[in-house]
Amino acid sequence: MSDKKLPLWLRLYGVAAYAYIYIPIMILMVFSFNTMKLNIRWEGFTTRWYGVLFNDQQVILATRNTLIIAVVSTIVATILGTMAALALHRYRFPGYNVSETMMYIPIVIPEVIMGISMLVLFVMLNFQLGLLTITLAHIAFNIPFVALVVRARLHGYDNAIDEAAMDLGANELTTFRRVTLPTIMPGVLSGAMLAFTLSLDDYVITYFTAGPGSTTLPLRVFSMVRFMVTPEVNALSTIWVLAVFLVLLAGQVVQNRRA
Amino acid sequence: MPGKYAVELRDVVKRFVTPEGRDLEAVSHVTMKIRNGEFFSMLGPSGCGKTTSLRLIAGFEWPTLGEVYIDGEPQGHRPPFQRPVNTVFQSYALFQHMTVFENVAFGLEMEGASKDEIRKRVGRSLEMVQLIGLDRRHPKQLSGGQQQRVALARALVKTPSVLLLDEPLGALDLKLRKEMQLELKALQQRLGITFVYVTHDQEEALTMSDRIAVMSQGKVLQMGPAVEIYERPTSRFVAAFIGEANFLDGRVKSLKGGNAVVTIPAWGTDIAGLSTTKVHVGDEVAVSIRPEKVRLTDAPEAVKNCLEGTVSTSTYIGSDTHIYLDVRGQRIKVWEQNRTSTLDPRSLYQVGAKAWITLPPENTLVLARE
Amino acid sequence: MSARDASRARTRQLSLFARLRESRIFQGVALISPANAYLFFFVILPLVMIVILSFLSRGAYGQVVFRFNPGNYTRLLDPVYARILVYSLGVGFGTTVITMLIGYPLAYYIARSPARQRSMLLFLILVPFWTNFVIRIYAWIMILRGGGLLDTFLQWAGLTEEPLGLLYTPTAVMIGMVYEFLPFMVLPLYTSLEKIENALLEAAADLGAPPWRAFLRVTLPLSVPGMIAGTILVFIPAMGMFVLPDLMGGAKTLLIGNVIRNQFLTARDWPFGAAASMILMVMTLALTLFYTRRAGFSEELLV
Repeated sequence: MSDKKLPLWLRLYGVAAYAYIYIPIMILMVFSFNTMKLNIRWEGFTTRWYGVLFNDQQVILATRNTLIIAVVSTIVATILGTMAALALHRYRFPGYNVSETMMYIPIVIPEVIMGISMLVLFVMLNFQLGLLTITLAHIAFNIPFVALVVRARLHGYDNAIDEAAMDLGANELTTFRRVTLPTIMPGVLSGAMLAFTLSLDDYVITYFTAGPGSTTLPLRVFSMVRFMVTPEVNALSTIWVLAVFLVLLAGQVVQNRRA
Repeated sequence: MPGKYAVELRDVVKRFVTPEGRDLEAVSHVTMKIRNGEFFSMLGPSGCGKTTSLRLIAGFEWPTLGEVYIDGEPQGHRPPFQRPVNTVFQSYALFQHMTVFENVAFGLEMEGASKDEIRKRVGRSLEMVQLIGLDRRHPKQLSGGQQQRVALARALVKTPSVLLLDEPLGALDLKLRKEMQLELKALQQRLGITFVYVTHDQEEALTMSDRIAVMSQGKVLQMGPAVEIYERPTSRFVAAFIGEANFLDGRVKSLKGGNAVVTIPAWGTDIAGLSTTKVHVGDEVAVSIRPEKVRLTDAPEAVKNCLEGTVSTSTYIGSDTHIYLDVRGQRIKVWEQNRTSTLDPRSLYQVGAKAWITLPPENTLVLARE
Repeated sequence: MSARDASRARTRQLSLFARLRESRIFQGVALISPANAYLFFFVILPLVMIVILSFLSRGAYGQVVFRFNPGNYTRLLDPVYARILVYSLGVGFGTTVITMLIGYPLAYYIARSPARQRSMLLFLILVPFWTNFVIRIYAWIMILRGGGLLDTFLQWAGLTEEPLGLLYTPTAVMIGMVYEFLPFMVLPLYTSLEKIENALLEAAADLGAPPWRAFLRVTLPLSVPGMIAGTILVFIPAMGMFVLPDLMGGAKTLLIGNVIRNQFLTARDWPFGAAASMILMVMTLALTLFYTRRAGFSEELLV
């Protein structure tokens, strides 16, 4: 917006707001080095909780599950979501409005409801709850997000480039492969990244569709926080925050280099 | 029948269903015969069907009725990638994720040409449009004029027998547009390819074309060389759309051969003129004369169609002066070429001054009133 | 044969494949069908099941009995549950209002910062936004619990004698909610504010408006789409939360989300849980319709 200097009170407010946001996180990270097991007061400095974390089989298993689910659900959701976005952007067909509404429903309804409804579905079908059911659920809520992002990016798409490709001798398939797909790829990747992150982070829907043997990282963190509060949780949290920080940073760098 | 006409549209109709559900006839029984090696333009206001006609030739639309022929062959439902024509798009439609070289090479890749051949032909094509040295750039890094040339090179590299151009100069600024008009014309003449050009700019069409088809509401109103369109428009629309014209309502009093006498009620006199279209005695007509053809004198002349008027405004354009006169209640435009050396042009046509206009009968056209 | 007849004959000759290829309707349907089928099966169908379930009954061992039972809904009118519903609405409303009050100046601050700083400031909002929310809540648990950091700090500063016992109270829940949802409010507000051209404010100043008036009459109205998007992104999920009240509110503070969860996993009264879900759905849909009718599905939601 403006180039003028911001009023002092606003700048102070900004600093205070950021402090409010980050101080809890900082505390969290600092206390991952606490020697006190119950982690109520600061006792001394140690890094042993990180060692505990890296040897924690349940955490390792949960991480593996989370990644598998995220990768699979992202791939499927990206394909289906991109196709849907193309359909909604370029074509008009009977059932258009219904399709569009159906696409937005998972975004708007509370996660609890999505979670329990899928639980009901799987139980009614006698599906055993496990990694598969979690993945199926993740695909379901990821498709709309991918479709939304891709559709937003399709807004400026010049249809003439597809016509140009055909004019120059490319058939429909070649046009899609050589022209359409490369052009929408940034949007598709954005959508895929969003889906991946949502899947990694998801607690509620996963909670309802997970079986006894299949835990994911968010579920594991929750039970650690609920039942087993040692600095190991802090260590896990610290690593998570740092991972998010690094990934976002990488994203920024890539974006800046492209511009 | 090979090679008779480069492109032919025979009684082509194209109907669409609008998003609101109505039926729209975008192209209405259009017949056009475009000759080999000519620069043919389709001219008309937005929505007149010129772009749709172009797309029917390219293969992006298929006719509802009638047939499109290229080089004598009916195209039927052939998709664009099977037709021997190439298009230069209004938005250029360059592939943003490819370099200039890759853009131009695309069509040749589709043909399966070898790497060497591609390099040679792309080089030649870029040379033809004066874009050497830019082949590694991306479209985003080019100016509008440069992008336009890439689009041109990309379409020409396949040496099509017909090049279709959809308002390619619309996005350029005035000076660049005029330069490109001359370049395109020169290119066409040098290559000998048939150009089918769509534009809404009548000056552009007049400058570049061998023949023009003036279109309105899906129909071809008049087709012919630029001179014919300008000097002998066959309808009021064409007369008004191309260049400037004065119009007077009247009724045909008498007809002999091509010469007509028309009563102008507003003036209370008769005007003699040429009738180039089918009119009959008693018809309601529009008498039309172009402003540069009206003779302006400061004393009456003993000729037909001479009337007295008063100067109401006079605008100095530089090469011309545009004078508006009140002649018996009707506004008449006269363009006078500025052949004098005076530094006070206003002294020549003072507001309120009396003047006489003569409408030479050979330049006064009698058109059907629409 | 006239051109007309030739054309018609040719169309008839076209294979089904060619005609399909041209049909844009076919192409559109083909592209969207996989996603449609998937969503229908995994989203719509389950929701329909919930609707049906809400009218059924619970058997003696917690199984579902196919007996029509509107009692699930009347049970919700019970003061216990009615209070929870109202409380959930209140929490949703309160969270929305507070996050908007806190978040608006923050979004304004970011939007009006110079470009370089702005991307860094946005980046700093995104990091907590993308961090798992259980982790962020845990930070507050550490701070708020009895004998925890806040208490330690206050006692050390001499401000209190005893632990405040803030954890496991409605206050704690609100604190957690606001902290959790703040980025969801800030980002759409920022998007809206950022789009307001400088020229508009300059025009207002040129026409004699002092800064506070320009804000009220120009900036604020133009940021309404962002406010609406933020409201949708905060109110609805806040109402349906159960994790946060579970962790920070203890057994005393229940939201409708907790009720639903309990019915499905602990009490095993699925029909009742389904009915509670329906109520939540209705409230959600009402809110969504109310807001999108005013603003349409704007791009601010594309946070």
